[in-house]
Amino acid sequence: MNLERRVRICLESNALSVEETAGDITVTVPAGRLVDSLMALKEHPDLKFDFLSDVIGIDNLDLFRKKKGKGKAAEEEPPEKKVKAPPPPRFEIVYLLLSLESSERLRVKIQVPENDMTVDSVTSIWRAASWPEREIYDLFGINFLGHPDLKRLLMWDGFKGHPLRKDYPLEGKGETRRLVYEQEKIR
Amino acid sequence: MKIQGYGGNGWFITKMEQLINWGRSRSPWPLPYGTACCGIELMATMASGYDIARFGAERPSFSPRQADVLLEAGTITKKMTPVLKRIYDQMAEPKWVIAMGACACTGGVFRTYSTHQGIDSIIPVDIYIPGCPPRPEALLDGLVKLIHKIEKEHPLRKQAQALLQES
Amino acid sequence: MTAESQCRIYPEAINEPEPSGDYVHINIGPSHPAMHGTLRIITTTDGESVINAEPEIGYLHRGVEKLGENLNYTQFIPLTDRLNYCSAAANNVAYEMTVEKLMGLEVPEKAQLIRIILMELARIADHQVCVGILGVDLGAFTPFLYLFIQREEIYEIFEKTNGTRLTNTFGRIGGVDTDLPEDFGPMWNKLRDGIRKANDETDRLLTHNRIFMDRAIGVTPFSAEDALNWGFTGPCLRACGVKRDLRRDEPYYMYDSFQFKIPTGENGDVFDRYMVRMIEMEESVKIIDQAYEMYRQMPEDAPLMARVPKIIKPPAGEVYHAIESPNGELGFFIKSDGTSNPYRIKIRPPCYMIYQAFPELVQGEMIADLIACLSSLNIIAGELDR
Repeated sequence: MNLERRVRICLESNALSVEETAGDITVTVPAGRLVDSLMALKEHPDLKFDFLSDVIGIDNLDLFRKKKGKGKAAEEEPPEKKVKAPPPPRFEIVYLLLSLESSERLRVKIQVPENDMTVDSVTSIWRAASWPEREIYDLFGINFLGHPDLKRLLMWDGFKGHPLRKDYPLEGKGETRRLVYEQEKIR
Repeated sequence: MKIQGYGGNGWFITKMEQLINWGRSRSPWPLPYGTACCGIELMATMASGYDIARFGAERPSFSPRQADVLLEAGTITKKMTPVLKRIYDQMAEPKWVIAMGACACTGGVFRTYSTHQGIDSIIPVDIYIPGCPPRPEALLDGLVKLIHKIEKEHPLRKQAQALLQES
Repeated sequence: MTAESQCRIYPEAINEPEPSGDYVHINIGPSHPAMHGTLRIITTTDGESVINAEPEIGYLHRGVEKLGENLNYTQFIPLTDRLNYCSAAANNVAYEMTVEKLMGLEVPEKAQLIRIILMELARIADHQVCVGILGVDLGAFTPFLYLFIQREEIYEIFEKTNGTRLTNTFGRIGGVDTDLPEDFGPMWNKLRDGIRKANDETDRLLTHNRIFMDRAIGVTPFSAEDALNWGFTGPCLRACGVKRDLRRDEPYYMYDSFQFKIPTGENGDVFDRYMVRMIEMEESVKIIDQAYEMYRQMPEDAPLMARVPKIIKPPAGEVYHAIESPNGELGFFIKSDGTSNPYRIKIRPPCYMIYQAFPELVQGEMIADLIACLSSLNIIAGELDR
């Protein structure tokens, strides 16, 4: 049985869509059911995705902008057909899973809308998610519920902004650190 | 150092300044502050094969208090800038700085939000060594250039001027 | 004889006093000889034993991922050099393989062999730095000097192939641009003997050295279960006793046709990590021997590049590919939107996952053992912070 069908059987209705690119399988699950889905994938005897490789954040803002630009011209022609669709979720988080037994890989994706940027932390399943989640909090500004120590990882404390968002300029907004002696607070 | 013989054994005459410069230039003890890729080339320069000890810099002082030359090898990010400033301030006079590599000189390929574009906006730099990373020969050449620079300095003149200003 | 009884000669001298509850904070780094320039650890200590050690990273965060979104696919290759700068060739190949997977390109066999040879050379160079620095941090300077003689020879081969010593922007998307140098055979013969001699010398200086054994055996052990939970890969995972190597488990290129052993440890302590690295160097030598034998049988005019369009525009989609880099699983995740620039590049550095388990690794150990543990993990700031 191929991986796609096994994943569908395991996740049942939680698998919103299953895509395949270049032999890699990506399954999208609802953000609210993330921890349950990952637990199911980890403990299902046919899958056993028991190793978390990485957690990846993606900002889709530029993709929408391009689509909007194309869509505007099309929209102008039939104005009566304007239906107010809810904006597509801006952020995506991808969990890279690996099965140590069969060496199969799977990507689990959730979508995070801009107005509700809180996701359940998976550190209770894999402690490996600890720093990647902190990094996403730092660079994208997504909160993780239940993370033991959620604070900035790569940028310094007091840095404003989230650099990997698409609306943040590459060369920054001129943030600098003060170059005076300061007794740094030690936790 | 210019030496003038003055008869007999064990005597020579020279200027005090030249004697001081001779001592300083023959032992530029570096503080190897290798933060990135250049640090590996710095290690290669210190190891067998290139042997930085030939130029008197064989003793890496990891404490800034005992170092003469801050050998800044690698990228300085914005998060790191206060640390670099603090290390430079802690070094005792006289002190010199070598900026090794493109990142330390200008920021290099990393023109991004988190990289500081050249350390010379934080601390004064004496020698710039370009390259990404520079070869060990380039680093040795930079060190020799620094030695020549030290030899031309007037350590006592500065002191005398400072004394005159005080009185 | 167990490791415990082997290393503790005077057990009564190490008997720890009762915890006093009087904690002292010690800040180590980022400028500290054992912190490799950019690592910082804030330790809470009770006497000399570590209660908590919290690593702070980001002192070398250069924004490589954001920069990659603004460059095109080929321009990103030089930036991968600067991730794990001890073994740049492995990073280059990992990135190129990911793009090739996205585009569905098949690399010619001769190019695959050249890549394998240079990747294994990079592995040897990386392990040499790690072992040498482990020795330096534990007070043994001599092995560092012996190992670096051979490292210079490896650089020489890289220089003859690519033109650079350290950051060898090696290979192109779809193959490699330069063949191995004509005199690779004699150079490799000389280098092979040199590597074996240097390893032998290091072995005699460190492996059976009483001081080194005392400071390495039984220090910061880690169980296989914990290691997998924390996302360990590479030599650090193998030292815990898990026989996992992407070269064997998810074979890419011709690795499944080579004969090589995968060394594993038992306790996952500093000594096991050191031994795994030492044996892996020897295995890499064997792989290069076999790969070069196959390379020699290739016709001289065999192609080095696949058919690649002049402007690289992979189809839209997401792809992840990982290789066994010297430090462990090095993966690249690329999201493409069909243009010539990648939409999002995420690097999965191996030591990032290993370093986050550091507080758990060193809890209850001495401060001096913290330094030994850090060196044996081989944390490279370039790929840690990206």
